Amino acid sequence: MSMTMTQKILAAHAGLVEVKAGQLIEAKLDMVLGNDITSPVAINEFEKSGASMVFDKSRISLVMDHFTPNKDIKAAEQVKRVRAFAGKYDIDNYYDVGDMGIEHALLPEKGLVGPGDCIIGADSHTCTYGALGAFSTGVGSTDMAAGMATGKTWFKVPAAIRVEIVGKKPKFVSGKDVILHLIGEIGVDGALYRSLEFTGDGLKNLSIDDRLCISNMAIEAGAKNGIFPVDEITLEYVKDRFQRESVIYSADEDAEWESTVTIDLSTLRPTVAFPHLPENTKTVDECGVVKIDQVVIGSCTNGRLSDLQAAAEIMKGKKVALAVRCIVIPATQKIYLEAMREGLLEIFIESGAAVSTPTCGPCLGGHMGILAAGERAVATTNRNFVGRMGHVDSEVYLASPEVAAASAITGYITDPAKV
Amino acid sequence: MKAQGTVHKYGNNVDTDVIIPARYLNTSSHSELAAHCMEDIDSDFIKNVKAGDIMVAAKNFGCGSSREHAPIAIKASGISCVIASSFARIFYRNAINIGLAILECEEAANDIKTGDEVSVDFDTGVIKNLTTSKTYNAEPFPDFIQNIIQKGGLLNSISERL
Repeated sequence: MSMTMTQKILAAHAGLVEVKAGQLIEAKLDMVLGNDITSPVAINEFEKSGASMVFDKSRISLVMDHFTPNKDIKAAEQVKRVRAFAGKYDIDNYYDVGDMGIEHALLPEKGLVGPGDCIIGADSHTCTYGALGAFSTGVGSTDMAAGMATGKTWFKVPAAIRVEIVGKKPKFVSGKDVILHLIGEIGVDGALYRSLEFTGDGLKNLSIDDRLCISNMAIEAGAKNGIFPVDEITLEYVKDRFQRESVIYSADEDAEWESTVTIDLSTLRPTVAFPHLPENTKTVDECGVVKIDQVVIGSCTNGRLSDLQAAAEIMKGKKVALAVRCIVIPATQKIYLEAMREGLLEIFIESGAAVSTPTCGPCLGGHMGILAAGERAVATTNRNFVGRMGHVDSEVYLASPEVAAASAITGYITDPAKV
Repeated sequence: MKAQGTVHKYGNNVDTDVIIPARYLNTSSHSELAAHCMEDIDSDFIKNVKAGDIMVAAKNFGCGSSREHAPIAIKASGISCVIASSFARIFYRNAINIGLAILECEEAANDIKTGDEVSVDFDTGVIKNLTTSKTYNAEPFPDFIQNIIQKGGLLNSISERL
C-alpha cells in the first residue's frame, strides 16, 4: 500500500509494515521534549503515576526557555522544580541559563533530533523538526509525562495535504513569507488533524533555516506535522551534528493526498499577518500605513543566524525610528556568539536596538517586551492572538526579519526593498 | 455519565492564549488558573460560571499553544463539558488526558445559545437543549479513547505497564 512520508515514519516506529489514515497506533519515541512551563505539569503527572524511572535519560530534553532568565519568583520556582527532576533522573539534555537556547532552535543545533525520528514535545511548535525529515508534533504535559515514563505514545495516523513548492524566491522573500502565504490560503484550521508534506522542485531553493521556519508554523494551520523530504541540504546540515543515525523515508508517488496546494516561490511577496489570526495575511504592498511601537526579531520561528544576518543587512548604518523599541533576540547562545563575531550585534546596537539573551520572552507575552493598551508590534514570531504579547488591546503583526527590520527603521510596516 | 448546565457560548478559533493567558503560566495551581480562565475575551465568565455549566464554541476550539493549563483552567472553573464544531488537535488530546469531557457536534454548536440549559449523555453522545427541546447526536469516541477516559486519564490507563 502507498504511504505518505509521515505514515512511513509512524509505521516504522509502531513496528508495522503499513498504516493508513485514521488508524490508531502506538509508536516508539526517539525524543521527548518539555520546557519550563509545560515540564512542571508533566513532572506532577509523572510522579502521581508512580513511575520510578524514565525510559531513556538520553532521549529526554528539558529546555528552560520561556520565562528565563527567571522573570519572577513563581517562574524561578517552576525552573527549580524541573532542575531538581533533571538532577534526580540524571537527564542528559537539561538546558538552563548559560547554555540554553529557544528549544526549537537548540535541539536541531545540538543534533538531538534528525531525519527519520519520531518526536513529541510539550510545546506546540515541536512540529519544527519536520524540516529535518522527522515526524515531530506538539502534545500536552500529560502526554509528555507518559512519554518520559514509557518511551511510547499513541497517535491517530493523519491524512495529508501535499504542498508543492516550485520556482525560486525573489530577494527579500524568505521561509516566513512561504508559510504565512500558505496559512493565508488554507486558514488556521486548513490542515486540522492532517500532515502538511512539502514536495517539489522549488525545495532546493529553500535553506534549512527557511524549512525550520516553515515547519515551525505548520501548527498555525492546525496541522499535526509539517515535513520536508531529506535531500542534500538536510544531509549537509545534520552531518557531524546529528547524534544518531539518519534514517531517510520518502513519500510514495501515488500516496493518498487529500488535496494539493501549489506555491510558486517566484510570485511571493513579503507577507504580513494582521491581528488577530495568522491567516489574516496581506502582502506588504497591501498594508497601507500601519504605525508601530515595537519590533521583535527572534523566537523559535525566526531567531536563527540567517534571520539576524538578513535584519542586520537592512539595519546597517541606519537608526531605529524615534518612537519604536526594537528588540533583537538571538535564539541560542551559539547564534548569539556567532552574531557577535560577525559584527551583527554591533549593527543592531548602533542602530538603537536592544539585544537580549536567548528567551521566548515577548513572543507569548511573558517578559522582555510587553505591549501596553493600544500599542502595535511587528514581530517575527508565530502568533498574533488577542493579548498574545501583552495588553488585551495591543496588536501583533507577524512578518519576516526583513520586513521587521525595515519597519523598525521607518516606524511603520515597510517593504524591505524601500529602505 | 451525564452533565447538565447553563451554556457559555463562544465563536471560532478560541485560542489557548485567551483561555488562559501566558502571563498566568508561572503557576500550575488549578484554582489560580481557573481564576483567569477566558478573561481576555470574556471578563465576566469567571464571575458567572457555576459548577456543571457547559461551554459551547464553533470551529477549531483550543488552537495555538500546547499548554495543558487551558483544559485544566476550564475544568477547574466548573465547566462540565465543552461542545464545539471542531477542536484543535493538541487541545483534544489534552482534554481527554486530563478528563475534561468534550464533544464534537457542529449542529449543536451552531444552534445552542448563551443561557440555554443543556444536558449531555456521554455514553450515547446525545445532547439535549432543554430550553428549545431540540436533540442532537454527537460523534462517540473511539473505543481506545473511551478506555483512557474510563480509566480516569492517560496515566492511569498506562500505569499497569510502569
